[in-house]
Amino acid sequence: MGLSPRPEPRSAEATGGESWVTTKLDALVNWSRANSLWPMPFGTACCAIEFMATAASKYDLARFGMERMSFSPRQADVLICAGRVPFKLAPVIRRIWQQMPQPKWCISMGACASSGGMFDNYAVVQGIDTIIPVDVYVPGCPPRPEGLLYGILLLQEKVKREHMGDETIRREMEPDPKSGLYIPPAAIDELSEPFGNSVHQTRSGL
Amino acid sequence: MTSSSPVARAGDGGAAGPAPVTPHNVPHRGGPANPTAEALRSRFGDAIRRIDVVWGETTVIVARERLLEIVRWLHDDPEQQYDYLSDVTGVEFRDPEPPLEVVWHLRALSRRRFLRLKVELPRGTPLEVESVWSVYRGADWLERECYDMFGIRFTGHPDLRRILMWEQYREGFPLRKDFPLRGRFSRAEQLRQALAANPEARYSMEELSIADAFEDLPDDMRQRLKAGERTGE
Repeated sequence: MGLSPRPEPRSAEATGGESWVTTKLDALVNWSRANSLWPMPFGTACCAIEFMATAASKYDLARFGMERMSFSPRQADVLICAGRVPFKLAPVIRRIWQQMPQPKWCISMGACASSGGMFDNYAVVQGIDTIIPVDVYVPGCPPRPEGLLYGILLLQEKVKREHMGDETIRREMEPDPKSGLYIPPAAIDELSEPFGNSVHQTRSGL
Repeated sequence: MTSSSPVARAGDGGAAGPAPVTPHNVPHRGGPANPTAEALRSRFGDAIRRIDVVWGETTVIVARERLLEIVRWLHDDPEQQYDYLSDVTGVEFRDPEPPLEVVWHLRALSRRRFLRLKVELPRGTPLEVESVWSVYRGADWLERECYDMFGIRFTGHPDLRRILMWEQYREGFPLRKDFPLRGRFSRAEQLRQALAANPEARYSMEELSIADAFEDLPDDMRQRLKAGERTGE
């Protein structure tokens, strides 16, 4: 039943040290990646309104290189799931995630996307981390644009700490072939009782 | 609304006789019924079980067997002209004794009339009632939703499938009182079943097979369509 936990990112010391060229190249690649993330907006509810406000002129997502909304998953880097995801959308968001090319990241925006929020009922997924791996959780109902921007800055920090020599970083997380889930079914049941709470499933690594 | 409002004062003015019915003076029960109710009673007699007026709105409880006939008459009769079906829904009460109800909201736009039709489905009888799709095409999705949420079957509906939940949904009818709020299965099992559903199986195979895009469908879907499959799983 159990999936092996995601391997810890290997540091440069563990891999026997990296050369000057690769570390400098790392810095350059990560810098450019972190500052040109293309978001794939997956807005289903009120969080999407705040996301639009974040992208508009006052908060101006373009300051962080994210003004290019990619409405096709094949050109996207970050999946921003803004709003509740009903069970009927679960296979859809998983397919969108699988269509995104590596490197890719995911931001779960708002209480509903992160944990089901107030919708602890028969129709709503209790946290999208039960369907796809999530990098940054943004709390709030809905989060203010500042909250989302903070989440985006956290994600940029994460991107800037990646090593090219770490082969686990681009490994596609495969769901468990038996259950089709990323985390064990028992863990899902335990976490969704009694409050549908999934805050312990973070894998942001920060 | 305070009594200083002009409308309420106008109502208070007539000391003799009952106060006229105004938007601020609507009795909870009773009051003048929609004239359609009397016309229905004189035409259909016993098929009209009860007429209630609540907050100025008329509810007519009719016999299940003659529902379609009554709706067709309301739509076609030149004196009634109920040309707009605004909702079809169901009601289930908490206590086990009262029957389930199916509710139709009809409007006559030209006459500014509103009529609520109800059919009672007693416990122990099949949850079936005639579809009004042949009168109002707009009943199509409304009846599908009612079927999806309550399990009430509308006989004569051309394509009675689930509309909100996905087609392979196995847990029952969510708005019934015996349905637990979180569903019947565990969260992991719900998620497993939801993920197993084919995202492209949202349309009926009939719809897909007549679509212009049939030739553009993936090979496996075309094969399934040719094999006569109705839903994808």
